Formats: sequence, structure tokens, C-alpha cells
Amino acid sequence: MVALSDATMRAVVICAGSLAILFVILIFVFLFAEATPILKEHSLADMFFGREWRPTSTPERFGLLPLVVGSLMLTVAASILAVPLGLAGAIYIAELASPRAQAVLKPFVELLAAVPSVVYGFLGLTLLAPLVRQIFHLPTGLTGFTASIILAYMALPTILSLCDDAIRAVPQSIRLGSLALGTTKWQTIRYAVLPAARPGIVPAVMLGIGRVIGETMTVLMVAGMAGTVPKSLFEPMRTMTGTIAAEMGEAARGSTHFHALFLVGALLFVITFIINAIADIAIRRRQPR
Amino acid sequence: MTAAASPSGTGGAAASVREQRARHIRRQRAVERAAIALLKVCMVLIVAPVGLVVGYCLWKGWRALSWSFLTRPPVNGMREGGISTPLIGTFYLAIGTMLLCLPLGVLAGIYLHEFARPGPLLRLIRLALTNLAGVPSVVYGLFGLAVFVTTLKFDTSLAAGCCTLALLALPVVITATEEALRQVPQDFRAASLALGATRWQTVRLIVLPNALPGILTGAVLALSRVAGETAPIMFVAAAYYLPFVPKSVFSPVMALPYHLYVLATQVPRVPAHVTWGTALVLVGLVLVLNAGAIVVRQRLLSRRRW
Repeated sequence: MVALSDATMRAVVICAGSLAILFVILIFVFLFAEATPILKEHSLADMFFGREWRPTSTPERFGLLPLVVGSLMLTVAASILAVPLGLAGAIYIAELASPRAQAVLKPFVELLAAVPSVVYGFLGLTLLAPLVRQIFHLPTGLTGFTASIILAYMALPTILSLCDDAIRAVPQSIRLGSLALGTTKWQTIRYAVLPAARPGIVPAVMLGIGRVIGETMTVLMVAGMAGTVPKSLFEPMRTMTGTIAAEMGEAARGSTHFHALFLVGALLFVITFIINAIADIAIRRRQPR
Repeated sequence: MTAAASPSGTGGAAASVREQRARHIRRQRAVERAAIALLKVCMVLIVAPVGLVVGYCLWKGWRALSWSFLTRPPVNGMREGGISTPLIGTFYLAIGTMLLCLPLGVLAGIYLHEFARPGPLLRLIRLALTNLAGVPSVVYGLFGLAVFVTTLKFDTSLAAGCCTLALLALPVVITATEEALRQVPQDFRAASLALGATRWQTVRLIVLPNALPGILTGAVLALSRVAGETAPIMFVAAAYYLPFVPKSVFSPVMALPYHLYVLATQVPRVPAHVTWGTALVLVGLVLVLNAGAIVVRQRLLSRRRW
């Protein structure tokens, strides 16, 4: 048997480990290389403040506002639903459920995270959208509201699971100390456990939000993909991710439209980079203690 | 931190304090009951829709399921026939992806847990990893398009798809490997090193065999993630319709998740049971992989001798 020397293998694993850095740099470089040619034809200010995304009309319009506002509205709406629900579920599972219920609920929620997003999109399209259309008497069920409900359920497993971990990591002595002062179970959770778990809850929420912003197929199938800036949640809207997925297939390579989509991708990359960095800093700050 | 100051007043004052306290406790108990009830309602709100949807999915889709649905290609504009070509395409994509990213990911995991020392390089790698894990999958698709399809001239193909998906799965495999290595007791390494083994010998002969089940579980989870991804392969690998299975790694493939997307949004008048059946097979595939991984992990944990 060929015995590889320690030094060789050390070099091999260091290379493998460093690949992650290389890949991030490559993604960054290629996205921006393909995005910058559009600046020759459209100024950045025009695009960032442009209120219409009409890549196939003449003259073509690449206003990013509809995409950015759509992404933002969907993310906020989905978070408003998913964060309280996920946190409540985590508190229930970690603090109140019997060990038997815990053993069922946690894996169940983790399985939810595994369901492919195209399936969520399909369910939203066939089950939820007609329901929303009837209940709110809308011309179409493919609205931001519909998409944000589905997105919330997609972010739930991430938020719930990580919050559950954070709550479990709170030392038992904190609970016992609080209960010994004569507090109710709820007071203990509210005033002792949750504050102690907060450093872990913040990154959980950030990662959940990151998942919503990056989600593509659901939005593509359910949100309606309108070309203008949405005025309310009950209108069709488009997002950055959905736009790329919907149009990259048709955009001719090297065309302005092609570069515009790469610009959207680069923007998305920067946004998720910032969110992840914040979550990362929050996690790091927790560790020393 | 308020210490219970015992009121040592007499008569009425003490009674009123006691009454106040009783009222306070009653109120707190009511708040507790309400809060717990609310938490339970939230839990139901999380679980119930999922239960309903799974039930509905089974009810709508099971009629389509048959041996011929799984073994025949789609025919008649994808409105009839089965899903064999997308199913096999997804199988190829998943296997190819794992062949690429498993060795890399495991080596990287070994570096991070067994060799790396705290320092700027490690910090940078960690930052890069959290970043890779957070990049939206559609952005991986853009990257694959720019690098593998255009620059390396793979064209829209199985190869380009596998490379793109391998990048996407890499952080998952690395994290799982690290987690598995962490489970191996430090004593094992110390004992091996004390016998004069080198670091790499220790890793290869002692640490890896003990961590292997955990690594494989992580690999299966990554596999299931890859099998379900749609956005990154849409313009890198996936074909709208192909009557046959690809013969070379440089030809496009059909993939099950993309097939579902096409059936649900692009093809008019697809019979409901065909779409639901496709969705059911996809969900079933992914959930079986995941549930299998969870069960195996549980069993291994309980059988562990240390």
C-alpha cells in the first residue's frame, strides 16, 4: 500500500480547505465580470431608481426598483409570519413538550426543511392561490401575499430548529434559579430563558430571512411576476431571484438583458453576503462566553 | 432579584398585602395559561397545514403511481406516460455531483477539524463557508452558466449541472464531515499519536473509520438536497423535454424537479394526476433519503461504544 507522507496529505487537505475561499472569489469575479458591460448602456442610478422592468419592450427598461421592492416586501411579510411562529414553536418544543412529543416534532420539522422548493411552489400554485383569489376577491391569486405565506412556511424549519438549539443551550441553572424565586413557568421562559437564548435567536432569524431572500422557485411560480413597483402585498410582484430564473433561459448570451440579469445576481450576492456576515458576527459574539 | 421582604405588620396591613400577593399570583397564573395556550395554537398552526397538504398530496397523487409511471418516458407532449427520463436524469445529476463534492468536502472537513490552527486563514475559510452556504441557489446557476457552460464550453449539459450542484453541496458536506469528526473522542487521537503514528495516519486509520457513518449520513442529506434543486440547473443542465436518457456527460438531461416545474407552469392541460404523481415521487424520494439518514444516525448513536 502506498503510504502518503504526512506532509503531502497536510498540503492536500489545506488546499481542499482553502478551495472555499477560492470559490467565493470566483463567484464574485464572474458575476461582476458578466454584470459590468451593462454599465456602458445604462447608468447605475437609472437602474436603481428605474420603476419599470421591461427587458423585452423597446426601448428596453431595466429598472431594478420593482425587483428590489418585491424582494423586500416578500421578505418582510414572510418574516412577520415566520419569526413569531417559529420562535413560539421552538419554545413549545424545547420548554413545554413532553420528551415523546419532542422526539416526534423536531424530526418532523427538520423533514419539512428537506421538501424541495419547487414542490412548495407547486402547492402554492394549485392549492393556495385559488383560495386567496376567492377569499379576497382578487383578479388573480398569484400575489405577494400568497407567496409570502408559502415562503414563511419554508423559512419556519430553519428558524424553529435553530431557535430550539439556542433555547436548549441555556443552562438548566438559569431555569431553576428563576423557578426557585417563585415565578411561573411562563415568567421563567419570558424573563430568564429567552433573554439568555437571545444571542442564538438572532442568527437563527437572520438565516431564516436569508433563506427567504434567496428562495427562487416558489416566488417564480406563485408571486405573479409583475413588471412594475407593487403598491400593496395583494398585487402580483417579482423578486430578484425569480427574475433571473424566469428570464435567463430566454436572454441571448452577451445581450444587454443577459448582463442585466447578472447585475441582479451580483446584487443578490452582495445582499446575502451582508446578511450572512451579520449572522456570523452574532454567532461569534456568543461563543466566547 | 427582589428578595421577599416579609411584611411584619399587624392585622389589616398584613391581610391586605397577602391579598395583593394572592391576586398577583392569580394574575400570573392566568397569564401563564394564556401564553401556553397561545404557544400550543402556534404549534398547531405549524403542523396542521403540513399534515393537510401531505394528506392531500397522497390522495391526489397515489392514483398516478404505478410501475409503468416510473419506468416509461413522458409522451404526448408530457401529458401522458411516465417520468422515467427525468427520474434517471436526476439520479445521474445526484451521483455525478456527489462524486465531485464528496472527496473535496471530506478533505476540507478533515483540514478544518484535524489540521487547522486558529488564525487568519481559518477565519477566512469559515467566513467563505458561511457565505457559500448562504448564496441563493439561483446565483449558483448564474455562476455555472458563466463558468462551466460559457467559459469552459460544457454547454447545457450533465457535466455543467454536476459541477454547479457540487459547489452548492460543498458547504453541506464540509459541515457534516466536521460534525462527524467532532463526535470522535479526543482520546482516540491522543492514543494513536502516543503510539508514534503521524497525524495523517491517525486520521486515516483511527479517526476516519469512526467518523465514517456520520459522514455518510451527511452525504445522504446533501444528496437529497441536490436531488430537489431546480433553480441552479434550469439554465445549466436541464432540458425541457428529451425522449431519451443522455448518452454523454456533455448532453443535457431532464431532471425531476425541473420536470415538475415545467408540468405545473409551462404545459397546458396536463392531467392533474400526472403532475401530482410527479410531485409525490419527488417528495417521496427526498423524504425517504432524509428519514433514512435520520434513522441511521439515531441507530449509530445508540450503538456507539464510547
